[in-house]
Amino acid sequence: MKVDQLSIFLENRAGRLAEVTKILSDSGVNIRALSLADTSDFGILRLIVSDFEKARNELKNQGFTVGRTTVVAVEVDDQPGGLHNILSILQAENINVEYMYAFVHQSSNHAVIIFRFDRTDQAIELLKKHNLTIIPGEKLYSL
Amino acid sequence: MIFDVEHETLPREELEALQLRRLQSLVERVYHNVPFYKKRLEEKGVRPGDIQKLDDVRHLPFTEKQDLRNNYPYGMFAVSMENIVRIHSSSGTTGKATVVGYTHRDVKNWASLMGRCFAAAGVGPGDILHNAYGYGLFTGGLGAHYGAEAVGATVIPMSGGATRRQIMIIKDFMATAICCTPSYSLHLAETAEELGIDFRKLPLKVGIFGAEPWSESMRKDIEAKLNIQALDIYGLSEIMGPGVGIECAEAQNGLHMQEDHFLLEIIDPVSGEPVAPGEMGELVITTLTKEAIPLLRYRTRDLTRLEYTPCRCGRTTARMMRVQGRSDDMLIIRGVNVFPQQIESILLDTDGLAPHYQLVVDRKGTMDTLEVRVEVNEGVFTDEIKGLQSLEKKVQGSIKEFLGVTASVKLVEPKGIERSMGKAQRIIDLRKEAK
Repeated sequence: MKVDQLSIFLENRAGRLAEVTKILSDSGVNIRALSLADTSDFGILRLIVSDFEKARNELKNQGFTVGRTTVVAVEVDDQPGGLHNILSILQAENINVEYMYAFVHQSSNHAVIIFRFDRTDQAIELLKKHNLTIIPGEKLYSL
Repeated sequence: MIFDVEHETLPREELEALQLRRLQSLVERVYHNVPFYKKRLEEKGVRPGDIQKLDDVRHLPFTEKQDLRNNYPYGMFAVSMENIVRIHSSSGTTGKATVVGYTHRDVKNWASLMGRCFAAAGVGPGDILHNAYGYGLFTGGLGAHYGAEAVGATVIPMSGGATRRQIMIIKDFMATAICCTPSYSLHLAETAEELGIDFRKLPLKVGIFGAEPWSESMRKDIEAKLNIQALDIYGLSEIMGPGVGIECAEAQNGLHMQEDHFLLEIIDPVSGEPVAPGEMGELVITTLTKEAIPLLRYRTRDLTRLEYTPCRCGRTTARMMRVQGRSDDMLIIRGVNVFPQQIESILLDTDGLAPHYQLVVDRKGTMDTLEVRVEVNEGVFTDEIKGLQSLEKKVQGSIKEFLGVTASVKLVEPKGIERSMGKAQRIIDLRKEAK
């Protein structure tokens, strides 16, 4: 049920992001979803890719610091209140969202939101109990 | 075991009386025999007869490494070449090599001082010393060799290199003691492991390590991997070579300095004035007995402090605490002395931080700024901004707490700090360019 997310440490320097995308492009890795968090001197690039191990190895070989984080991909109705519904369920159980980002995949009425929770397993249980659709990693990588 | 009980356990008063006699004779000799010193002494208005008490050493001029380079090769020698029986030299990695000579008596004294060191390490007759210090112009190999013979140990004159062969010889010849650089001892242990030889099962019991800076944690590592006691030895080619000081096996706490042959001072590296007793500063050595190339107040650039409390081994000599760094690397930031090594130990004490770092000093208006760049590795990397920011804050807080300096901490990518083949460039001082 969980999704492997690749995180990459980046210095805030021109062209650094392009180096990452070049490495991924050269190794034929497709980016499914991404988010970039930044501060004045560094950023963290978070990616969900078609081939986690390959992307990680290639980036590591090129000297990047990379990490693996377990996140959860939840399908949300693409209509008002869709996200709010999920968040209220989580709030009721005191599960904290560390960060989240969304992407809309082609030809669908759903958006997919990627969540990083403080308690991943409980969050999955809870969401399943409320009949929310969680997209498993294997499915997401090959969407 | 004390090799020279008479000299190593002298009551301080007697030691100082001996030092004064030797200092007076030394100043007399260099004044008359080394034109360089005659000129320096005259510039300072000091005559040999002015040295009345030990403290008068402060009136003598300092000698720096550059002085030896300027007088390359033989300009600092105090005797004619007929009396020189040996030449050694520094490697010259940071400039022109410095050349040192030894008279017959210098070589004899050196052997007996190294003998004291081996005895302090518990090495004597019946011991087999594997000497993996380089033989040649470098002082390590031959220095250790003659010292070990002086205490009656069996020496294997191995020299450096050929690591696999070294391991076979250590094993087959049943060495009980080893000397080499601390990092090479770990290399030996690791290579032995690859060969399926367990160093911990060999009869080795003690290692005498020097010629490069090493830390307490490295000592623990060596002691565990080789199952030996690891002792620190100190020396520098300009002064004599190895044997200026050594830790005793009994206490393993500070290096006993051979004060009857070397007069020690600790000075403030900036002002050149003595620091308060027990304070840290730069070690300055005057060679009291050397004939070939005696030096007045040689600035070692090594930062340390001296401890005069009695040692349980019975020696009365001052003990030098672990060298904290080099004064050439000292930064003055808003009036505070900062050594890269201090920052380094803060970084190493912060879980998981890579030891690659760089200090960037600049001036904004009239204020000095210090930026500590440190590489992020996988051990500390987290995908949450707040995690990395709290790491920066933690390091910043420790620097403020331990050094009293506010620094900005900047995380950089691995290899973000340029690697050099030799010594790492730890400091970028942009203030100098602005002047």
